[in-house]
Amino acid sequence: MKIHEYQAKEILRRFGIRTPRGEPAFSVGEAVAVAERLGGPVWVVKAQIHAGGRGKGGGVKLARSLAEVEQLAGQILGMRLVTHQTGPQGQIVRRLLIEEGAEIRHEYYVSVLTDRKTQLVAMLASSEGGMDIEEVAAKSPEKIIKVFINPLDGISDEEALTLAKGIGIPEGSLPEAVDTFKKLYQCYMETDASLAEINPLILEGDGGIKALDAKFNFDDNALFRHPEIVAYRDLDEEDPDEIEASKYDLSYISLDGNIGCLVNGAGLAMATMDTIKLFGGEPANFLDVGGGATTEKVTAAFKIMLKNPRVQAILVNIFGGIMRCDTIAQGIVAAAREVRLAVPLVVRMKGTNEEIGKQILAESGLPIISAETMADAAKKVVAAAKGQV
Amino acid sequence: MAILINKATKVITQGITGKTGQFHTEKCLEYGFGRDCFVAGVNPKKAGEKIFDIPIYATVKEAKEATGATVSVIYVPPAGAADAIWEAVEADLDLVICITEGIPVRDMLMVRNKMKRKVEQGGKETLLLGPNCPGIITPEELKIGIMPGHIHKKGRIGVVSRSGTLTYEAVAQLTELGLGQSTAVGIGGDPINGLKHLDVMKLFNDDPETDAVIMIGEIGGSDEVDAALWCKTHFKKPVVGFVAGVTAPPGKRMGHAGALISSGADTAEAKLAIMEECGFKVTRNPSEMGKLMKSLLG
Repeated sequence: MKIHEYQAKEILRRFGIRTPRGEPAFSVGEAVAVAERLGGPVWVVKAQIHAGGRGKGGGVKLARSLAEVEQLAGQILGMRLVTHQTGPQGQIVRRLLIEEGAEIRHEYYVSVLTDRKTQLVAMLASSEGGMDIEEVAAKSPEKIIKVFINPLDGISDEEALTLAKGIGIPEGSLPEAVDTFKKLYQCYMETDASLAEINPLILEGDGGIKALDAKFNFDDNALFRHPEIVAYRDLDEEDPDEIEASKYDLSYISLDGNIGCLVNGAGLAMATMDTIKLFGGEPANFLDVGGGATTEKVTAAFKIMLKNPRVQAILVNIFGGIMRCDTIAQGIVAAAREVRLAVPLVVRMKGTNEEIGKQILAESGLPIISAETMADAAKKVVAAAKGQV
Repeated sequence: MAILINKATKVITQGITGKTGQFHTEKCLEYGFGRDCFVAGVNPKKAGEKIFDIPIYATVKEAKEATGATVSVIYVPPAGAADAIWEAVEADLDLVICITEGIPVRDMLMVRNKMKRKVEQGGKETLLLGPNCPGIITPEELKIGIMPGHIHKKGRIGVVSRSGTLTYEAVAQLTELGLGQSTAVGIGGDPINGLKHLDVMKLFNDDPETDAVIMIGEIGGSDEVDAALWCKTHFKKPVVGFVAGVTAPPGKRMGHAGALISSGADTAEAKLAIMEECGFKVTRNPSEMGKLMKSLLG
């Protein structure tokens, strides 16, 4: 799960990490009121969307008067912000963060994540803050300092100091940097984050250390024990079809092609998409119905796929293991009737009671095209999507 | 022989009284020598009772002492699953198979490091398979997990994969072509897990009853690459490789928590290229895994 910058900063403050003072605003009036409360000569008006690259896209502006705050807030709220992470369609800005200005002497980068290979917690820091870490990794990998922390021991002063010295934090600011890194580690662990990133982490004119921007991702599997994080969820930032799918325990991701696919199991679902592509088609989605392909789930899955106007044909690929093919076939027939399926449907079923399942499909009177292998199914659905049935 | 399990293995089921545990235990009992192999269940509230004629003990340690079991399978719900793994490790079992899907990553991170530290401090090593995996089967002998038993056939091909249904696909293709399996292993789709492709390939390499292996991977992480690089110099048998997710977009979690492209090196194409360089016969058509294996064996 992702959250907004202002929410990330609330979490950081809760763990004792300094950030500029600021508050969210949902309207132009609120933006001005926040700026008045903060006071001062300079404010930053920041678009709050879940994608990065907001500054370059024109979503972060400096205001030198309340009138300017009003004007910029009006300009940014409601705009369709396009960044390298939003895709060409962009994302509508519905929330702002109004913050006091900061005096920046240097911009650093720091993040925490779980390293799959070593099964340790990795903390990364760099003297090159303010830009994408991927860019730094590509251009000057020697500027990224990494420490691997054993979660049984937690982060040591020494590890935090290695990072702080490694990125060139001046002597006088080292204690605060060490303290910040340790708190960030603690915050990452206690919130069940999968990524905690401060970019930039700034050195101020007076030598203080502050988080100027922050990003968190959280482990979906651990949300059950974090109601305070779940409360930060912003459904406006998520794909409506993916939200609908999650209600039925379906794993759905929309793609750009025209062939809908419904599969049980994540690996088989990816393999099915790959096979469609191999035979000249383009998948419209990833959709894993999980272990139990019930009528209710298959119906919901059909409805979600069919909301996509590009879908010209659907491929169902089910490996009936524990679940029998006749049960699945009944589900498919009932679902196809309920949604009055108007696009060609290719079904490939394998496993227990396969023959009875095929018979149910054939006798349903529905124009279902039956296939033997994944390759056979892919060829048939690609032809069907082109109108060559 | 096969790898990890056979008809002589004695198994404890943790979470045997839950709905999932009951359902799959019954199927496992019906398969091969299941009746002889599944010797104990664990549930502290139902100790002393029986289910499917299997005695229930309060702890894994008691179950082990009473039955001599060396392997456990876990169906415990996500919030308590990592503790269940640790209980089995503390009881010094040889192998723990965790079927549970949806365990918090931090819990797995903690238990994996506890397991490693135990070995560093001279304790007995317990192998972990999973979590979020279908389990392991040595056909016609013992099935521990949720895979459909009937598609398997005893034979000499090893199968290892992160994905459940994709493993079944490979197994069914082999069986249809008359090629049986020595052991089929599902290592699971989570980012922090126990046995990896590399570990399983090492076991297959040393197993005289395995002649060749189908290794199936997916996007995300470096497990397949680590295994392929090791196989290049050490593996003595033919390998057929497939990696799912050529069409997966970067940055999106494709069903499995671990199936997420996060760099240029963990895409399906990148992994396929390295597997090919390391001498695997790779295919981009998952319907051809079985046929390709058959052609290799001549």
